Amino acid sequence: MTDLLWLVIAIPLAMATINILIGRRLGEPLSGILATVAVGVSFVLAAIPAVDFIAGTGEPVTIRLFTWIPTMGVEAELLWDPLSMLLTLIVTGVGALIHLYSIGYMHGDERFPRFFSFLNLFIGSMLILVLAANYAIMFIGWELVGLCSYLLISFWFTKPTAAAAGKKAFIVNRIGDWGFLIALMLLFASFGTFDFGVIFATAPAVLSVGMATAITLMLFAAATGKSAQIPLYVWLPDAMEGPTPVSALIHAATMVAAGVFMMARSAVLFELAPATGVVVAIVGVATALLAAVIAMAQKDIKKVLAYSTISQLGYMVLAIGVGAYSAGIFHMTTHAFFKALLFLGAGSVIHAMAGEQDMPKMGGLRKLLPITFLTMAAAWLAISGIFPFSGFWSKDEILAATFNEGGVFYVLWLVGVVVALLTAFYMTRLMVMTFFGSGRWDEGVEPHESPASMTIPLIVLGLFTVGIGFINTPFRLGFEHFLDPAFQGVAHPEEMSAALIWTLAALTTVVTLGGIAWAWARYRRSELPAESGVWWRRALGGFFVDDFYGDVIVAPSRAAADLAVTTDEKALDGVAYGLGSGVKSLGTTLRPVQSGKVRSYAGVLAIAGIVLIVAMVIIGGGF
Amino acid sequence: MPLLSWLIVLPLLGAIVVALLPARRPEVVFPVALGVSTAPLGLACYILWVFDAGSPGVQFGEFHSISDTFGLSWTLGIDGISLFMVLLTVILFTLSIAASRSITHKTKTYMALLLVLEAACIGVFLALDLLVFFAFFEFVLIPMYLLILIWGSGDSSRAALKFVLFTAFGSAFLLAGIIVLSILAGDTVGTASSFSFFAALATDLSDTAQFWLFLAFGIGFAIKVPMFPFHTWLPDAHTQAPTAGSVVLAGVLLKLGAYGFIRFNLTLFPDATVQLGLILAVLGVIGIIYGAAAATVQPDFKRVIAYSSVSHMGFILLGTFALTSQALGGSIFVMISHGLTTGALFLLIGMIYDRTHTRVIADYGGLAKTMPIYGGIFLFAVFASAGLPSLSGFIGEFLVLIGSYLTLPVLAISAGFGVILAAVYLLWMYERIFHGPVVNPKIEALKDLNFREIAIMVPLVVLIIGLGVYPKPVLDRVQPSVEIILDRIEGITGHEAPEFGRDGDLSVQVSADSVNGTNHGDGDG
Repeated sequence: MTDLLWLVIAIPLAMATINILIGRRLGEPLSGILATVAVGVSFVLAAIPAVDFIAGTGEPVTIRLFTWIPTMGVEAELLWDPLSMLLTLIVTGVGALIHLYSIGYMHGDERFPRFFSFLNLFIGSMLILVLAANYAIMFIGWELVGLCSYLLISFWFTKPTAAAAGKKAFIVNRIGDWGFLIALMLLFASFGTFDFGVIFATAPAVLSVGMATAITLMLFAAATGKSAQIPLYVWLPDAMEGPTPVSALIHAATMVAAGVFMMARSAVLFELAPATGVVVAIVGVATALLAAVIAMAQKDIKKVLAYSTISQLGYMVLAIGVGAYSAGIFHMTTHAFFKALLFLGAGSVIHAMAGEQDMPKMGGLRKLLPITFLTMAAAWLAISGIFPFSGFWSKDEILAATFNEGGVFYVLWLVGVVVALLTAFYMTRLMVMTFFGSGRWDEGVEPHESPASMTIPLIVLGLFTVGIGFINTPFRLGFEHFLDPAFQGVAHPEEMSAALIWTLAALTTVVTLGGIAWAWARYRRSELPAESGVWWRRALGGFFVDDFYGDVIVAPSRAAADLAVTTDEKALDGVAYGLGSGVKSLGTTLRPVQSGKVRSYAGVLAIAGIVLIVAMVIIGGGF
Repeated sequence: MPLLSWLIVLPLLGAIVVALLPARRPEVVFPVALGVSTAPLGLACYILWVFDAGSPGVQFGEFHSISDTFGLSWTLGIDGISLFMVLLTVILFTLSIAASRSITHKTKTYMALLLVLEAACIGVFLALDLLVFFAFFEFVLIPMYLLILIWGSGDSSRAALKFVLFTAFGSAFLLAGIIVLSILAGDTVGTASSFSFFAALATDLSDTAQFWLFLAFGIGFAIKVPMFPFHTWLPDAHTQAPTAGSVVLAGVLLKLGAYGFIRFNLTLFPDATVQLGLILAVLGVIGIIYGAAAATVQPDFKRVIAYSSVSHMGFILLGTFALTSQALGGSIFVMISHGLTTGALFLLIGMIYDRTHTRVIADYGGLAKTMPIYGGIFLFAVFASAGLPSLSGFIGEFLVLIGSYLTLPVLAISAGFGVILAAVYLLWMYERIFHGPVVNPKIEALKDLNFREIAIMVPLVVLIIGLGVYPKPVLDRVQPSVEIILDRIEGITGHEAPEFGRDGDLSVQVSADSVNGTNHGDGDG
């Protein structure tokens, strides 16, 4: 069955091409339906061979398609193992639901077919990324998803903020990609190949600790771009300019997880570089904290979710840093469902509120949007980490693994627990401001539940959000063992005693409940609290990191560019013109009969003669 | 039949046909010119078809002595490197002619000059006699100068003059170098002088001679490339030239210099290459960053693309002088891809210029709204130029970066920074032209691309995707010719190129001597 795996990638790409070329003729619902079906077919084609892995009988295989760059021995090869299988199913499964949702959400948009073309292109690109069997092919997917992100963020490009946000996303990601490129240089110089199989099998023998550290730090730099970590996270909040299904699919469930996925894929290398692990863990937890604090003060519902995504990605990065790769992938999986659900729910709310995204202008939507409310409530409890919702299992596993590392990691664990508290707070704040209390709507807004094409995906995602956590619980580490074939040569984290696990889990649960209660008490009043203190304002402005980057990086770069232009016009051209006029006058002397420009050319040739003679003398002397 | 001579003669015959067209039938000039330009295109495709991919030496060799005393001859040959330079040339000329519909002033002369220019460019890539090479190399200047002068816009006479002065200055050194080399080569074969490339190849040059000859050839080529700091003629020439001029200038003429470096400097002066290569690689990397930085703040979009060429040419220099098989193959790939992507961008700019007669970025905004097809294709070209993987631009840059890291790690890492800057200047330009609300009422009324214009872009789009997804056919043919150059350098200087990642089947282990022998055989037959 794996022979047909290339179709999983090819079908969405083919459909994207069709929609680009004749989407306008296919028209409004049809182009969207075909696009949705294409992703659905991909899901089925991936699900059939996936059965073997789920049943525990599958073996990882590589499927060779063709030779890509012969001079570096790069093959276009796919790797089908539990890790890529899992990601493939998430991308196509959640992807298909979001396609379906978009048919309703994008109704009436002038560029409806174009939107679905880009979505399909994204699915195909993301599948290249996750199914790659070597770093070079992975880099194709890595860059192409960045392209799709650009196209979809700036989809409503006549809005200057949307256009700027798309550009910013691509450029900031490219800064990270520089790291990826350097990692590729180091890998090729060390191994002479980009092939995962060869690299992971020989890495312990080939790489020194220093080289392993350099490679993994560069890969991590790439991940800070794609997975929105400090210092490159600044593009993700702006990315909310894109249509909401895009935020759900690309900027919550799948693409932003690519950095975490890529590091998990490179687990063997990270195992060889303990120093990198510490850096990764610290950056991850710091990002989680910073983003959670900023999320607390946001008024735009999508901005809360954007910072929340950054914060949750911080958890996953922390997991990679402490070597708990399965836990990181597990949280990525649960997060894909509940965060996609939260974004789609927010989209449903925005749809109902006629485009309003400002939470202070919402309120009281619980009764009017019952399906949206109930499904979002499940996601709210999941992300907060309430038993038995999925986020409880996955977040706790990361925190427990961090605690288990001991030493300085106790501090990281503690910060992680604080982040859990803040998460519960900002999510409860969001739910209360949106769904409870009385309506603070603008005049003329008449909220209504969304059509079935939008609510069905919400319900499906809701079911997963509740149930998916049970695939890996401390009693039954099904998921972790399922991923084993993907992490060959990587040590399992040390076993922890059941008592310790449950104590830690109980502790975070108490803290989380505290966070919910705090927000509930604060926002469940008839009047919203003012939030006008200096820290509220700083957090609302994201601590003005964008302005800081503007002053420290953008402005000096701009000055440097201006300097280059001045140099060209004044210095370099000055010399050239000086030389030119010298030649010209020489030409005049030598050939007074000729006129104008031809004279200059003659002058040049005369110079040639002189140079020639001089050169011959010099070389002649050299013999 | 001497195929390669025909390749040069066909465009010349075409030029004569166009020139002889009756003056009272101006409407036939365009279709006839387009028609005759497909002749060399077809012949070049045939040569690609019958080209022996595995052979490292020159093929289809032709040799006719002109003067035995001075060792001057009409020697032509094609190897994996020149094969794709010729293909690029014929493709871009046909498309440029197809894009010149809007030329109404002296159409006949214009088309004839383009065809003459095509012949000269092909001649540069095929000539294996140094003086014939130089003649073609110089002759290119004349039609190009006239194209800029007569059909250019703005201060075209100044730009045309600057172009000629700069490149002719470099050519003076090149000519001096060629004459000196011919005398030295003459000693080898026992004539007064010999301009034969193979005689030069067989000549044992002293380190001093190599050093000075490398410099003489190098200055000539560096200005043509153009290499920082000799690049300032390029933005002016590009900006003022008519569309076809810009396309050909960026797509083909800049490659003449890069090709010269590889064909002559690397091959004939290996010791000097190893000695001086680092300086050129450093200047290449400076060019990458400097060109990209200058491109960001240009107010005119032709100047943005012109400076982006300076940046791309930096990759070619770095790849050439890193002296690894990946990097050198990569730099040839950049040459091909840059021709396609920059050609596409200049053609697109020409299409909008025909409608609005302005190239000032600030005059635009929201163009993707009124011209969605145009906006889509332009964005494609932008990402191709920015080196997006799966498109042709990536393959070359990637090979150059990875390959040059093996010998010049710091430079390779610095060059990688240029990849970020490419995204900055290209996307910022795109945003200002195509995104945002439509403010200029003129933009509101514009018509999207017509069938002819789309038809011009389709081949480029297909080639850019095709070479990005499946570059193997090109690399398979280029690489043997690359290996032979590097093997010669290794054999003579003892410089070791790292072996990592070399495909066993491709590394052609032929010693320099046996190569000379084979090539002579081909040439005489």
